[in-house]
Amino acid sequence: MGVIALSWWQLALAATMVVGLAGCVAAMRLGMSRSLLVAALRTVIQLALVGLVLEALFAAERLLWVVLMALGMLLIAGREVMARQKRRLLGGWAFGIGTLSMFLSSFTVAVLTLTVVIGPEPWYRPQYAIPLLGMLLGNTMTGVALALDRLTDTAWRQRGVIENRLMLGEPWQVAIGDIRREAMRSGLMPMINAMAAAGVVSLPGMMTGQILAGTAPGLAVKYQILIMFAITLGTGFGTLAAVAVGSRRLFDSRERLRLDRLATPQR
Amino acid sequence: MGSTETLRLADVGIGALNGIELEVSPGEIVCLSGASGSGKSRLLRAVADLDPHEGEIWLGDQAQAHMPGHAWRRRVMLVPAESHWWAETVGEHFTGEPEAAELEALGFTRDTLAWQVGRLSTGEKQRLGLLRAVSREPGALLLDEPTANLDDVASQRVEAWLLERVRERGWPTLWVAHDREQIARVANRHWRIVQGRLEEVGVAWA
Repeated sequence: MGVIALSWWQLALAATMVVGLAGCVAAMRLGMSRSLLVAALRTVIQLALVGLVLEALFAAERLLWVVLMALGMLLIAGREVMARQKRRLLGGWAFGIGTLSMFLSSFTVAVLTLTVVIGPEPWYRPQYAIPLLGMLLGNTMTGVALALDRLTDTAWRQRGVIENRLMLGEPWQVAIGDIRREAMRSGLMPMINAMAAAGVVSLPGMMTGQILAGTAPGLAVKYQILIMFAITLGTGFGTLAAVAVGSRRLFDSRERLRLDRLATPQR
Repeated sequence: MGSTETLRLADVGIGALNGIELEVSPGEIVCLSGASGSGKSRLLRAVADLDPHEGEIWLGDQAQAHMPGHAWRRRVMLVPAESHWWAETVGEHFTGEPEAAELEALGFTRDTLAWQVGRLSTGEKQRLGLLRAVSREPGALLLDEPTANLDDVASQRVEAWLLERVRERGWPTLWVAHDREQIARVANRHWRIVQGRLEEVGVAWA
């Protein structure tokens, strides 16, 4: 049972409907049609390009190319984590902490899943490695960005409380303990919600894709469970590392709260 | 059982203040005054090591730089003009339960510990903030306008309570104050900050 091939004119049909939606939005003066069209165009271009890259990558099946692709994805994710923070740590720390924690968690979990659990031949077979890493990085990125943003923004808002606790002689870990817990929570909540709702409220995208491609639902479910666990591990450890290093960076060696290490928000 | 340690500032510099030399003996209250923005609060923050600063500060023979930050602040306790409360009830902010006599001296009862922090008035926060700090048994006190939000009656009550504690425990105390009469009542010595320097003012003149 193969997949029904999609041709470009069929996609064009869907695109016409998106343009139609943009027209309606413009007619009602809701002011979103421009960004809607730009985003739609970006989807087409970016996915078409990535399709070309993946086809080349699958054909070559070389470790070096897989590693380069993975690094490129990691750096873009790191930049994205930095851009999503309102008050980011200065001096490259926002990018550094985000990238390092995503590297440690996503890469480790991806390599472990590939070598120990799935076991394709060779282990870095791009057809498995790249989509797996992509899903891991995408979710870890969201978790790390949410957690770091919550950490720095709450620390800034509650600086009075943190400093008052320091004045009472509490170590920095205790003084910022509540805020660290909150940051950890907001990083992990999306994944916990996704796991709780999986299959009941939403059919996860990867499983849907596999079923559409003709995989037996039983096997697609197993893959989906594996991916969700891998994503949870990646997000969890990534958020853990980012919150640990990020909160330490808010204090100096004398355990003083150093909000001068945060950027003032733009706009 | 009073403390016998002297608080000593050696060549301390922070912001516009430079080369501050000051010694506060056990049980002595030194008042600091000065125009707003002259750096009184920043000086207290430097003594508590909350801001980066120059110079060295000693409590007895222990140097600030040779102790972890939190251990120093545990001993040299700063009470800010505006206190902050993070838990649900008042009692959760105390390490142990404060004595009933102490609560009563400041106009509270044992029930106060179960109060929601959201319903505390500014004056109540200030008095409880003092009690919270003092009940942790520090080795020296830094008070930033401890009666700023209190009316005259409450203010004198808190003053008397603080004086008694300071004398009894022998805490060297730096007290930032505005009110001349208050300074006359509590200070052993009075320094004023003028153009980044400390100037001694006679206590008796008021």
